Amino acid sequence: MSGLRAWVNRRTGLDDLLRSALDEPIPGGARFAYVFGSGLLFIFLSQIITGVALALYYVPSAENAHTTVAYITKAVTAGSFLRSLHSYGASAMVVVVLLHLSQTYIWGAYKGRRELLWISGCVLFGLVLGMAFTGYLLPWDQKAYFATAVGTSAISEIPWIGASLTRFVRGGTAMGTLTISRFFVAHVFLIPAVIFALVAAHVLLFRKAGAAGPVSLDAGDPKQKTELFYPRQVLMDLSLTALLLIGLGALALLVPVSLGPAADPANAQYVPRPDWYYLPIFEWLKYWHGAASVIGVLIIPMALVIAIMALPFMDRRIERRPWKRPVAMGAYVFVIVMIVGLGLRSKYADEHDPGVASQLAKQDAAEKGYMREPFEPALSSSSLAAVNVALADPLVAKGEKVFRAHSCNACHGEGGVGTAAAPALIGISATFTPDQLAALFAHPTAKMIAGGMPRVDPSLDDSKAMIAYIEGLK
Amino acid sequence: MSESRADPPHNRRSFLAALLALGSLCIGGLLSVPLIRFALFPLLRPTTELKPSSVGPLGAFASLTEPVLRTIQIEQVDGWRKVVSEQDVYVTKDSRGALLVLSSICPHLGCIVPWVGDKRQFVCPCHVSVFAADGRAISGPSLRGMDSLDTTVRDGELLVRFQYFRQLVARKEPMT
Repeated sequence: MSGLRAWVNRRTGLDDLLRSALDEPIPGGARFAYVFGSGLLFIFLSQIITGVALALYYVPSAENAHTTVAYITKAVTAGSFLRSLHSYGASAMVVVVLLHLSQTYIWGAYKGRRELLWISGCVLFGLVLGMAFTGYLLPWDQKAYFATAVGTSAISEIPWIGASLTRFVRGGTAMGTLTISRFFVAHVFLIPAVIFALVAAHVLLFRKAGAAGPVSLDAGDPKQKTELFYPRQVLMDLSLTALLLIGLGALALLVPVSLGPAADPANAQYVPRPDWYYLPIFEWLKYWHGAASVIGVLIIPMALVIAIMALPFMDRRIERRPWKRPVAMGAYVFVIVMIVGLGLRSKYADEHDPGVASQLAKQDAAEKGYMREPFEPALSSSSLAAVNVALADPLVAKGEKVFRAHSCNACHGEGGVGTAAAPALIGISATFTPDQLAALFAHPTAKMIAGGMPRVDPSLDDSKAMIAYIEGLK
Repeated sequence: MSESRADPPHNRRSFLAALLALGSLCIGGLLSVPLIRFALFPLLRPTTELKPSSVGPLGAFASLTEPVLRTIQIEQVDGWRKVVSEQDVYVTKDSRGALLVLSSICPHLGCIVPWVGDKRQFVCPCHVSVFAADGRAISGPSLRGMDSLDTTVRDGELLVRFQYFRQLVARKEPMT
């Protein structure tokens, strides 16, 4: 065994590599404050593994994305767990990135010739947010669709190039199957590739600069007794990693991530809300309208990003102790309070607007209702020949057009199969005569109105066609 | 920079290494269970399925005097999608009077076989294979009688599992 190991080492130099990785000197000794970097690395690894697994069943197209995610969530063994782990992992990435950044900032560890290290970290932060944004759309359910519709239309507030940029990101003027392709390529190929490269650069730059050590030291030349990375810091790093993985695993097992009904662009009542980490930005954008929106959407965020990235160039003092850096700490507290405050304000506003609150509750109920339904395979397009036979009657075919034109399918489902929002229409001819149906279109009952059924007043011909279509549904 | 090279005692270091290796193995092993189950899903559950198709309520065939043609919808589940197609089958009775569902596809070369009411026989228009009302081969090139399909009754409804069978062989062999 040791002979084999020696041979492999002679050929690869693995032992030296391992030793140089483990024998990294840490001035002032191991601390729990330093664990976030490796924690991030491990969650990222978990994201790659679960992401690759999800790609076994996922198909990125408007036609199939939602069905395949429903298949993963409802049918495939351990699918709900892996999808939940991936989804919670994304939130954990954002949280731990923020902790890592905060620790570096508060400890003043960006000082002492660490400009590139800091900048690469900032770009990585942006990329993690990019992964979260692009990944959120992929299940193509109602919340994903509408949150991304809002997110991408915010881009159009950028002067001059905004409209073109939105169109570029979406792959067209409206969100559609090209948007999924673009987000999928960004989420699975482009952003991960850049993350790999930048993580390598980040670690390389970190090893070049060395650990900064406690706040009392000069980060450029930390003179204090050092302790090697292995074993104590490794143990601390791995205990955070183990805690994170076990926590995420337990969460994924006990509170699986849900999936809503498939995206329906025709649903005009849907109230979009982003995932929690985008709530502050979402709330922030509410305050900027018209000509002033340039300031809120572009100038202030850009200034903030530039200020953060340029921090090691602007703050050249050697001083690292937080209590001696009131401006830096004040700015940090201000930004954090703003972010948390905006997020809470968004929640508060939703809870105290009865219209929004009831619609959000309705959406939540629809999502829960959808999760209770068993998985239903999607009808393949090659089947349409058989199903369209029923539409051979021109009146029925016209009726289907009217049905769609009034967005009846938004609530009653494609082909009247029914959704969480409204009952199925299949077989309704057994209950109502055509005349009764026509009367219900013009004067829905109180119960129907309460359920959200609008009064439909189609012309006489349209009404006949739609009734013929509904009567023929099977 | 002063660097302490005072390593902990050798056996303590290897003990920690073993502890780390064991811990990583445990977590890795635990996490790989769902991954393996996820990847092996097609081995654990059927991912393709042919759903039984409805031929109609049993009562409709109670007083059958000759084979009737029924168009059934066949639902073939393929992972997360399903393909719906239509096929014609005959509902008839066997020699003891039990209901029998026959595929309308000729076991000779696959033409659709019509029921000829005047002759009270199935006569294939392509190569004149002739079959009795219960599907028995009477004359012509077909090496076997018309293919019967598996049926079940659920809630008073006659269900059939449609299958394709190999042509030009004497024994009924389902195609998979």
